Amino acid sequence: MGLVSRLLEANGIATVVMGSAMDIIAHCGVPRYLHSDLPLGNPCGVPFDRTMQAQILDQALVLLEEASSANTIMRSVAKWPGTQSWRDDYSKVDDTNRDALRLKGQQRQNQQKTDKATGIKRSAMIPDS
Amino acid sequence: MANDYDPDQDYAYDVEYMERTRNYYRAQGYNSDYQWARHEDTPFQPLNKPLSASKVAVITTAMPDTELGRRQRAVYSTPIDPIPESLYTAELSWHHGMTHTDDVGSFLPVAALTKLVDSGAVGSIASRFVSLPTEYSQRNTLQKDGPKILKYCQAEQVDVAILVPL
Repeated sequence: MGLVSRLLEANGIATVVMGSAMDIIAHCGVPRYLHSDLPLGNPCGVPFDRTMQAQILDQALVLLEEASSANTIMRSVAKWPGTQSWRDDYSKVDDTNRDALRLKGQQRQNQQKTDKATGIKRSAMIPDS
Repeated sequence: MANDYDPDQDYAYDVEYMERTRNYYRAQGYNSDYQWARHEDTPFQPLNKPLSASKVAVITTAMPDTELGRRQRAVYSTPIDPIPESLYTAELSWHHGMTHTDDVGSFLPVAALTKLVDSGAVGSIASRFVSLPTEYSQRNTLQKDGPKILKYCQAEQVDVAILVPL
């Protein structure tokens, strides 16, 4: 998404990225990034929290209006209401799932070979599960 | 505007998704680490006109929740009216164990934007939002999908784009 943000911006369209993966976006470099400190999946706010979602969008628009240079990053008001364990357990690898992940990887690589043989060339990133 | 991103500052802490993902791939037997895009320079386009006079496009990484959208990862454009009740997100890398994508408003800001159009804060919204497939190949994004989205935005005479990766 960062790449498309850059492409649009270079062609005269002002952009803002709303997301929750600070390191990936900062690594890429985008004109404007509004970071919401939430588990991946809800970059516009906690599900069904319309007040938070409106606040976050307002902040994205403020960023659009007020940023004066590229790579401007702002943190939104977002707070995850439940347990904070999401920070630690995303894509976790430890002794409880190491064997299962190895098996899953073998299955996925077999599927990729099948996809390639049948003309499917586009490969998705591996989702967390 | 001050840039309030300070990688050395101690927040609750930002998850290191690149490191997590590298380890996750390695655990599944992939020997080559994914190389995320990295740039030294970033383009910047100031707003050409006030937001109240601007046309805004929305771009998401979610696919249409249709038979085609589920089967084929590609660039799609979908009417914003009516706002779809669901989008296809199952293949995306979001936190499946902690949250859900049952509320489209939590990752597609069309309803919230429509309210701002109604209030006059935003000029208008492009008639269709765009789905961009995130994928392993940056070349596909740069050479195929990105130019398609740029063409769409130009045809719609969009001033501003809000990009929302899950």
